[in-house]
This record gives sequence, structure tokens and C-alpha cells, in this order.
Amino acid sequence: MKKELIELKVNGRTHELAIEPSALLLDVLRRELGLTGSKRGCDESSCGACTVLVDGAAMLSCALLAASCEGQEITTIEGVTEHGSLAAIQKAYGDWGGAQCGYCTPGFIMTVKSLLAENPDPTEEDVRHALSSNLCRCTGYNQMYEAIRAAIAAEKKAAPTAVGP
Amino acid sequence: MNDGFSIIGKPTAMVDAAEKTTGGGKYTDDISVPGMLIGKILHSPYPHARIKSIDTSRAEKLEGVVTVAVGKDAPNPFGILPVGHDEHALALDKVRYVGDNVACVVAISEAIAEKALELIDVEYELLPAYFDPEESMKAETDLIHDHKQHNLEKDYHHVFGDPEKGFAEADQIAEARFIANEVTHAAMEPHCTLASFELDPHTGKLGRLTVQSSTQVPYYLQHKLSLVLEMPMQQIRVIKPLVGGGFGGKSEVIPLEIIAAIAARKAKAPVKITYTREEVFWAHRGRPRTIIDLKTGIKHDGRITAVKARVVQDGGAYCSYGVVTILYSGALLGALYDIPNIQYDGYRVLTNKPACGAMRGHGTVNVRFAFESQLDELAQMIGMDPAEIRERNLLQPPCITVNGLRVQSYGLPECIEKTVDRSGWRERKGKLPKGRGLGIACSHYVSGAANSIIRSDMPHSTVNIKIDRDGGVVVYTGASEIGQGSDTMTAQIAAEVLGCSLERVRVIAADTDLTPIDIGSYSSRVTFMAGNATLRAAQEVKKNIAAAAAKKMNCASEDLLFREDVVSKKGGDQLVARKDQLEEVEVTQAGASVSGRVEGQILRGSLQQKRNEEGPKDWMTFEEAVVAAIDFHGALTGTGSYAPPPEARGGKHKGAGVGPSPAYSYSAQVAEVSVDEDTGEVTVHKVWAAHDCGRALNPVSVEGQIIGSVWMGMGQALTEEMVWKDGMLMNPGLLEYRSPSSVESPEVEPIIVESIDPEGPFGAKECSEGSLAATIPAIANAIYDAVGVRLHESPFTPERVLTALRAKKKQKALNPTEGIDPTSPARFREHGGSLWFKGKGPRRHALDPARRPVPTSAGGAD
Repeated sequence: MKKELIELKVNGRTHELAIEPSALLLDVLRRELGLTGSKRGCDESSCGACTVLVDGAAMLSCALLAASCEGQEITTIEGVTEHGSLAAIQKAYGDWGGAQCGYCTPGFIMTVKSLLAENPDPTEEDVRHALSSNLCRCTGYNQMYEAIRAAIAAEKKAAPTAVGP
Repeated sequence: MNDGFSIIGKPTAMVDAAEKTTGGGKYTDDISVPGMLIGKILHSPYPHARIKSIDTSRAEKLEGVVTVAVGKDAPNPFGILPVGHDEHALALDKVRYVGDNVACVVAISEAIAEKALELIDVEYELLPAYFDPEESMKAETDLIHDHKQHNLEKDYHHVFGDPEKGFAEADQIAEARFIANEVTHAAMEPHCTLASFELDPHTGKLGRLTVQSSTQVPYYLQHKLSLVLEMPMQQIRVIKPLVGGGFGGKSEVIPLEIIAAIAARKAKAPVKITYTREEVFWAHRGRPRTIIDLKTGIKHDGRITAVKARVVQDGGAYCSYGVVTILYSGALLGALYDIPNIQYDGYRVLTNKPACGAMRGHGTVNVRFAFESQLDELAQMIGMDPAEIRERNLLQPPCITVNGLRVQSYGLPECIEKTVDRSGWRERKGKLPKGRGLGIACSHYVSGAANSIIRSDMPHSTVNIKIDRDGGVVVYTGASEIGQGSDTMTAQIAAEVLGCSLERVRVIAADTDLTPIDIGSYSSRVTFMAGNATLRAAQEVKKNIAAAAAKKMNCASEDLLFREDVVSKKGGDQLVARKDQLEEVEVTQAGASVSGRVEGQILRGSLQQKRNEEGPKDWMTFEEAVVAAIDFHGALTGTGSYAPPPEARGGKHKGAGVGPSPAYSYSAQVAEVSVDEDTGEVTVHKVWAAHDCGRALNPVSVEGQIIGSVWMGMGQALTEEMVWKDGMLMNPGLLEYRSPSSVESPEVEPIIVESIDPEGPFGAKECSEGSLAATIPAIANAIYDAVGVRLHESPFTPERVLTALRAKKKQKALNPTEGIDPTSPARFREHGGSLWFKGKGPRRHALDPARRPVPTSAGGAD
């Protein structure tokens, strides 16, 4: 298939890329841009390991054409780190055992980012519901809830009027 | 050793946590090298067929295809067990399951490789296939492997004590058939291997091979690559990048790992192969479908008098770990309770389905489901509380069980007590509203197999430690971090022994060129064995540091205390002064934040200089002690290794090698469930899981492992099942396989029990597998408590629960096809199945474009 030139804005930086119109966003992120934090865990939009934010909404990058994301803000796990330090959710996932093998972790963190952006004080029910878009085989999810609670608490403590990055 | 720990027992974030939460860490598929090609494997569409010919010429002509590898490119057989070398990387003359590996296309892109797969022409001669183990055992002809009569991979017949006498003495006997259906690991990371050759500078030809792979066993991989590629092991370097979960699915050499190397050799370029999720399901190596005929006898007082088990495992088409699995099923009837008489008949049977192998709780899980369910039934028969009957059958350690297993630390009594207390068992059992119930069950697992797969006197784990003038501690271990926290455990033990901070320790792991041999991450052996090796290596280096420090401090090295980056004389009251001085350094460091660490080091160095001039002192920093030791000894390195003691290696009977372990972990669990009697749906509300892990080196990890095990057990209990139809997997996807999501997952309350094992590192044992097996029977027993039906087949799907409920109420049996148009085909088949092989084929609608005459043989492009 003939390649086309597109502009993709990822983590605040604009890249000019020649890609096949059929190229999936996940493949472009991983192969063209070397952003391998987003993972491929399945081939059928069932596991959520490839979750990225497109204009703030959590989307499965394995089910999006890269070309369709032109003009939109894409945030990947590589864009979550704040000024070279771990974001509260990243730190909390490490401290509370939210990540074991870590393969699903980037997807979960993106899902949590999008949840907290919409609902900064979710109930456990809200969290469970939001996380059900992603699968994990290691943790049984329990320690993720603790991590998310800790991250919310840390954010509140750090900046009572914080505005997300 | 220090009393009171500074690092052990403290909740610690994993040393690689940031790599994982930032997406910066590299898993194998995240790695690319210049000139890398992509490999794609052609799989067999038939469950059992002879390969008459393979023609790759059309595929090779496709633009972008570099080469196509086939079986004869590397015909040597391999298999994880020395007795089971029955696999070929790519099929030679026969395929034995749908998904068996036939050829590998190497191309410049995935899309081209996929297209080329369709251009490979394979001519098959179809053979009758076997899908049911009990049918397969009757086979006389068309055997799956010619040398395996009756398709029997292996059978064992063990008698310990006098089971007949035991049953004669019993007051109550229960007997039933249990079936546990097949489950798979479904680790989130699909298998991936990247293989590349270097050109040898002397011969100018292909030389050393480097393989990066998602493996739990890099050293076994190195060994098998050497066998198949006919290369010396020292010419092969295996590196394990981050691994996205294993659960046993990466604990043996998966064909793609060898195929990638064969393909790279043939393509003369680096080749990466990554399985699709569907291929991961076909590669499988999970827990076999197991048929258990179990008989247990007890006295009125609840004491077990005898157990008889006949176990048939549907092993799939190759041996894999099968011989070990079937032995574990029998051996680990022992070592949980005191059972005086055991009869065990185990059959590992070959069928035309993907090979089963090791999966979390290897060999024990399905039999434990049967045993704990039956024990519950017996408790009810004699009117005893199910928790109490378990307490009546405790071992009295230290002891050696009737089947030769040595038990030392034994936290089971405490596990039962705590889980009963926390769950409110005594107050709530039997008093919950209708449809809601509590169930209890116990389980255990080895902390590492006492005998390695390849029999030798080699230590099972070796660890090297290097400490340099910078005060950095580098630990080299072959142990494989797969998400369970092995690198963190290693760093913690090294730091604790050396009395230094965790930040000083860097772990280099699982790279066969750099790290000393460790047989891998399986049988829950890493904490116990690699942990002990780390402990010994650290003690050896510490001895040298202590000798030099003692000399500087004019005391005996035994009088030194290593703690929190300070080496001091024991019992002195210099603690305050030393803290002040150190704080002074910290303050100056903080002041010099612009050039940060560098200036801090200079300041620290000048402080050291000043202190050096002061003569003998009562304490030194860790760095000072290290420098003193290097000045005195030269290079500062230490090595430690671990081999299980001979007393822990088991009895003398045939098959005695599997089951023995230097220590066993114990678990007791209570599950609370509710059952919807109209739909048959089971909901698990909470599981209380007490686990005896010896000592929790890192409580947050231990709890994570307990919760993860219970969760995986719950998946097997309620939803997960590989559904087969004539050798075709009906649900090769994570949703269809029904891996539970967060909304289906209950709260799990982990309860850590520490029995302090006399031989474990700081008393630690395993914590990652032992809890899984108890969850399934705990849920089964809770279902019985809730609605009074005892389920004999897992998973406990709504259909099975409803069937049991109807049978109990003597209602008409459930018929899911009721109401379906009777004129529709009698046997609807989505895929060609056994009928296909008899030349009948699936009946299709007259207008179905796929309708065509059924071929007796077909090309691979179908």
C-alpha cells in the first residue's frame, strides 16, 4: 500500500510521518516513533494494554488508524512522567504493588489518568468499573485499588488546586 | 546476623517498578536491532496428519521474503525433560495438533510474511485423531508417537503404607469422580524471541548466537538451542529482557524460541518472532484437563485412614513437563495432612491437542480440588466442622511423610486459625441467608523442586557479588524476574546482609554471558534457592569487608555490626555521634544541590580524608569499609551457591524425584459466595487467604502473590476453560477465554503467616503458587454451603451449577438445545472435526459458498 504523509502530535510533540493508510496507531507509536511503552497484548481490542489518551479520552490504539488521529492530541505512557519525575499514579503503582510483570501497567495507568480527569474522587465501584476495560493476569486488581487511592491522596496533598498536566 | 532487620520485612517497591510504570522498560517485543527481519510461523490446520510434502517455492518468490525455514533445517528433537525429547522446532514428518509448527517465513515485514504463509503448499495425509484421554488410551494404531503404546506418555503406580487396611479401618468412605477442565496461563505478554548471529572474526562465518527471549528458564533455553542447532553452549548467549508474566507458560522452551534462531541462521540476519494472542493459546503448555477418581476413608474422629486416587491427565500431543505433572499430582497428596496410607495411579495420556505443561501450582491444583471437596463431604458425613476436620489431620513436623517428603516448618495450623478468625467462620458458617455460603480449603506447594530436571550435582542457583570502590554493590544472578519480584528479593537480601542501603545494590540478572547459572523461575524455587545463594555470596564478601574494617577499628570482625550503610562496633554508644556526622554530610549535600551528587561525594570524600587522619575509630561508613577492604584484598567479590540438602531429596521409589522440596508453603482459605438459583451464576464476594511463606521478605510482594494466586484460582473455579471441539480451540482470545476483569474479581484479604523455615533465606519460603489450589475447593465448598450442591467439574459455570441444582430437585435435566429448529443439521460443527477425517465433513447450507466436496487431503493454504 502506498504511504501517505501525516502529522501526528504525540506527548506534545509533532511528528511528520510517512505511513500506510491502514497502519494502526499502536504500530506507528511502537515502530515509527519507538514509543514501546504501549503494549500489544491481544489482537482483538480485549486486553487494554495498548490504551492511550486521544484528546484526553482513553482509547485502544490497536483499534485506531493512525491516520485518523491527525490533529488530535495523543498521550502515551511516555508522556505521563512529569518533569522527569514519576507522576503520583506511577509512584503509587510501584509502592502498592499495582504492577507485577508490568506488561499491562501502561494501559492501566492511561485508563486511570482518564478516569481521574473526569472524576477526581471516584468511589471503589467507579474504579472497578473503569478498570474493567483492561486485563491483568498478575495482581487480581486488589493492589491497584490501593495504588489509585494512594495516588489520589498524594495529589490532593501535593496541590489542593492542582490542574492536571 | 543482625537481630531486627533494616530491609527485610519492609514493604518495598520493586527495583524495576519505575521501568514498568513509565513504559521505559524493554520487553522482548520492544527491542529492535538494525537489519531485523520478521518471522511468521505456518501452523498445522489438522490435528493429526502426515506431511507428504512441503513446497515453499511460491512463498520464497514473493518480493520481501528472505527465506522460509522448514523442519529439515534443524531436525534434532528436543523437549524440556530429558525423557521427553519428542518435539521438533518445525515438523519433520508429522503434525500432531492444530497449531503444530510447520514452516517459518522470514520477511522484511509482518504483512509480507503473513501473505507468504498463504503461498506455502503443504500436502497432508490425514490420520485419525484422538481428543479424549480415556479413548486415546485404547488406541492400537495411528499412535501419536510411534514409541508410545496406547498413547500413554507415562503411568505411575504408587502404594505407600497399606491402603487396603486403611480403608478397612475407616468408619466413613467417600468416593467420586472429579473433572477439572483445561486452563492456560494467558500471561499478558505474548511470547517473543529475537535471535541474531555475529560474524566470527576468525572464520568470517556465522559465529556466536544471541537470543533475547520471554523466558522463565534462560539456561534451559541455552541448552536446548545448543542441542537443536548443534552449537556449543558457550557460543550461545541467552538474555532475558523484562518478561510480562509467565505462570509456567514460559518455563520451558517454546518452539518459537528455537524457530527464531533457526530462521536467523537461514536468513543470515536477526529475526524476531512474536506470537499473536491466538498463537499463545495454541502454544499453551497449561494445566491439563484432569479426571480424578478419588476415594478417601476417615474415622469417626475425623482422622484420615487412607486415600486412593486414580488420575488421568489429557496431556496433549507432546511430553512437555507431563511426566513431572503426573508425578506431582500423586506426590503432593502428601505433605499437607498426615495421611498414613496412599495409593496413587497416574496416567499421562497423549491426545491431538496442544501440549500441556507446567502452570502455577504445577500438578497439584486439580487433585487438591478433588481432595478438599471430598474432605468437606466427609466432614458433613460425620457431622464435623470442615475447619476442624482439617485440624484433626495435621502433620507433626519435623517429619517425613509416608511418601518420603521431609516437612520442617509448618504454618498450616496458624493459617487455619487465622483464616477462620478473620472470616468470622464460627459465627457465620451455616447462618448466612439462603443462597450465600462459606467454604474452607487448604493447599501447599514446594519451595523449589529438590531435584532439578537435568540430574546433576550442580548447584541449583549461584550468585556472584562485586563491590567496587564507589561502594556500589552489583549482584549477578541467573534467576529470572518475571514479575514476581525476584530481582527485588535478591537486592533486599544482599543489602540486608551487607548492611547497606537498597539504592547501592544493582541486580544484573538472567544473561548467560554475565550471570552464573540458575536453573530458572519455576517450581517456586527462586526465593528459597537464589535467595540462599545471594545470602551466601553476600556473607562471603562481607567477611572480607569485616576483616579489613576490624583491622582499622582494632577489634575482632565478629564484633562488627553492618547496618544502614555504617559499620560499627557492636554495643557502642557512638550511634548518636555517628548519626550527627552523617547528617552533617547530608545537609551539605542538600546545600550543594546544583551539582548534586558529585559535590556530595567530594564532601564525603574530604570528610573521609579527615577521618582517616584521626586514627582508629568505632565506626566507618560502608564506603570507607569497602575501600579499606579493596586496599587490603584487592578485588572485592563473593560467590554463593545453593543445592538442596540430600535429606530433602525424597525417597527411593520410581518417580520419587518429583515432590520433594527443602520446604513447603501452606495456605488456608475461606471463600464467601452467593449463588443465584435461577441462573446458576456464582459470585465470589470475598476470599480470606492465609499463607505461610516462612518469612515475608517484602510484604507488599508477598501479599500481591497471594492475591494473584487466589484470583487465578478463582478464574479456574468460575470462568476459565479451554473449550475444545475435535482438536479445535473454540475460545482462543482473552475475552472468550473469560479471564476475569476488575468487576468480576472479589476482594481478597491476604493474611501472612510466618513459620520461619530453618533453611530458607531469613526463614523465607515460597509465596507465589501455594495459594492457588485452595481457592477452587474453597469456592466449591462455599457453593455447597450456599445451595447444597456439590460440584464435581470445574469451572463452576452457570450451566453446571444449574444442572446440579436441577438434579438435586429431581427436575428435568437442562437441555440448552431445547427449542432449536429440529430440521437444522444434527451435528453442527464450526470447523472440520473428526467427521471430517472420516470423509463426511461439516454439513453446510446449500447456498453456503464454502460448500464444496470434502478433500481427502488439502494444501496448507486452506
